[in-house]
Amino acid sequence: MPKPEDELIRRRQRERSRLLAILLGAFVVLMFAITIAKMGINR
Amino acid sequence: MTSIPITETQSLPADWRDLLALTKPRVMSLVVFTGLCGLLAAPVAVHPVLGFTAVLCIALGAGAAGALNQWYEADLDGKMKRTANRPLPAGRMSRQTALHFGVGLGAFSVILMDIAANHLAAAVLAVSILFYVLVYTVWLKRRTAQNIVIGGAAGAFPPLIGWAAATGDVTALPVLLFAIIFLWTPPHFWALSLFVRSDYANAGVPMLPVVAGVESTRRHILLYTVPMIAAAVAPWALGLTGWIYGAVSIALNAAFLVLAFAVLVNKATEPKSMRPEKRLFAFSILYLFGLFAALVADRWMI
Repeated sequence: MPKPEDELIRRRQRERSRLLAILLGAFVVLMFAITIAKMGINR
Repeated sequence: MTSIPITETQSLPADWRDLLALTKPRVMSLVVFTGLCGLLAAPVAVHPVLGFTAVLCIALGAGAAGALNQWYEADLDGKMKRTANRPLPAGRMSRQTALHFGVGLGAFSVILMDIAANHLAAAVLAVSILFYVLVYTVWLKRRTAQNIVIGGAAGAFPPLIGWAAATGDVTALPVLLFAIIFLWTPPHFWALSLFVRSDYANAGVPMLPVVAGVESTRRHILLYTVPMIAAAVAPWALGLTGWIYGAVSIALNAAFLVLAFAVLVNKATEPKSMRPEKRLFAFSILYLFGLFAALVADRWMI
């Protein structure tokens, strides 16, 4: 049977991984939008 | 968020809510607002995506500065009621995690600002983070009662950064916006430090009421209110803004002066009898929001 600490560690790792995935996705979208905006300004 | 003894937290990954708490989200709201107002008050139209990114970078930079402040002051925070439950003093996170998070977030915010806006905005953002961490937190805070006077400059950078991100330069108006927040910080924090004096005294932080006493702090609040008013009215008096800002500025500054006088004549030494101080502290936050909102309204409505 897993110890309560192990469960807490796994839960925190899962939460942080999920959040990191969302933030990385948002960063990719943001970089894409910045590139498009800069191209529009320089045109 | 469960409080766990510090020995166990060394092997636990930090909870993301605690990482968020490291960034001092409540302080960040005022920083973001003044940065956004600096950007919107600039005389050029900013692309919405680039404007959003610039404000995001200001927020991330402020968060990084807050995290590094908490990393350095964990021992101090543990001695004060107001801050004892922060992630580090409460033992929910290791100091190394806070340091890595703060440095990473700060570097990311500066690089992203450089990509989205320009070198000047990125440079001022970097200076503001370093100023808050190195000059205020590490150097001044524990050494001198003037900590908040000089350290106040750190919180005054956001409108300057917003303006620089929009225009690529710095003119008289953003410098005046910097001066307003710089001169507003001492009366704001001294009003707070009057009614949480014992907290600062217990932690050994040489805030003015601890070092010079309550009466002297009350005089200093009024003393700093006068140049703050001059700086706040100057954008209108110099013709850099229109009548909306002028009218709101005069009304808000008159109210600030009245409240500062109420603090000066109050003789109470116990926090529970310091209603004028609590009123001035609460109003000072509203004052800054109102002043900067008026600046943007003035720019967009006239």
